[in-house]
Amino acid sequence: MAMTVHVDIVSAEAEIFSGQATMVHASGVMGDLGIMPRHAPLLTKLKPGEVRVVRSEDEEEFYYVSGGLLEIQPQGVTILADTAIRAKDLDEAAAVQAKERAEQVLKDRQGEIDIAQAERELAEAMAQLQAIQKLRKKLGR
Amino acid sequence: MAVGKEIRTKIKSIQNTQKITRAMEMVAASKMRRAQDRMSASRPYAQKIRKVIGHLAHAHPEYRHPYLQHKETVKKVGLIVISSDRGLCGGLNTNLFKSTLNAMKEWREKGAEVELCIIGSKAASFFKRLGNIKAQTTHLGDAPSLNDLIGSVKVMLDAFDNSELDRIDVIYNEFVNTMTQSPCVDQLLPVEASEIDEELKHHWDYLYEPEAKEVLTDLLVRFVESQVYQGVVENIACEQAARMVAMKAASDNAGDLIGDLQLVYNKARQAAITQEISEIVAGAAAV
Repeated sequence: MAMTVHVDIVSAEAEIFSGQATMVHASGVMGDLGIMPRHAPLLTKLKPGEVRVVRSEDEEEFYYVSGGLLEIQPQGVTILADTAIRAKDLDEAAAVQAKERAEQVLKDRQGEIDIAQAERELAEAMAQLQAIQKLRKKLGR
Repeated sequence: MAVGKEIRTKIKSIQNTQKITRAMEMVAASKMRRAQDRMSASRPYAQKIRKVIGHLAHAHPEYRHPYLQHKETVKKVGLIVISSDRGLCGGLNTNLFKSTLNAMKEWREKGAEVELCIIGSKAASFFKRLGNIKAQTTHLGDAPSLNDLIGSVKVMLDAFDNSELDRIDVIYNEFVNTMTQSPCVDQLLPVEASEIDEELKHHWDYLYEPEAKEVLTDLLVRFVESQVYQGVVENIACEQAARMVAMKAASDNAGDLIGDLQLVYNKARQAAITQEISEIVAGAAAV
């Protein structure tokens, strides 16, 4: 039996995941993280992107977070997500639409505030799409 | 028969009122269910973030965030008052306002000024004349989102950042059970350290990515927001529970009132009939 670490994923509106995992992948602001048991205590911000929880060799779960914080303690890993969605609940059409809308706004280039917000929305939509595509590839395999 | 027409109209009108209160009771009961679900759904986040903050308070970081530093003298206090948007929920808001006024009095006696941040239109109209209102949010509806609150919370946090406030408390109704809701005052900032874990007593610190300051600010702002959100969600559950109980009492009272009036009406009717009969008998005897 491989070593496991306790993982909690919570968002402000609901608890998303709680259980043991052998490894957790998340995208931090300074780069992607792969967390295994007995990691040093760490506190980092998360980028919009997917969180992959490896429960055992052939069992993985995908989540999408739109940003948040990740804490590592000897007792476990806690992900405080701003919004977290199970990857299979993600809506591809909506994500594509959001991406197009954000690109449109970027093209028109009006106020400064608009651009900053559109860039953020674009990053979020791209991350959602990536999570969907990865999930699809995995399921198709 | 023209007996007791006023009484009958009165009974009718009370019956109509009773219909309304009964409907409100039922609506409040079903809304309370959902509000309770929402309350328990958002609880894990609040607990987890509280735990992380607890760890943090015992870490030995190279950077001390102002939100974690206790000041010796408190000169200005910010109170975040969370009330409901609507009335007809018994003494819920009144009790909350009473304890708010008490808290304000206490701080003033200690020589501290009080500034208010208002959530909910009942508190907004109550404190309009009574306090120094810095920020206000109303009409959040039954399913508030965190985004609606961020604005007014930020006003308070900015004031804290600029040393305009030395302490921030939040006041809301705590959901004990369906029958009991009690106003409660929680200290938000500076953050109070929780009980220390045995394992955490040795000297340690987190690795921070990126800078400690940036991560901590992010975390603490989220902490405050989530605590306020939790307060709002809990207050909504309280509101619905209080309304359900108040409306049940109103329906029961209306039932009692109808019973009493019905008795008076029946007596009057009987007296009228008796009188009529005796008049007829007397008339027949005279012939």
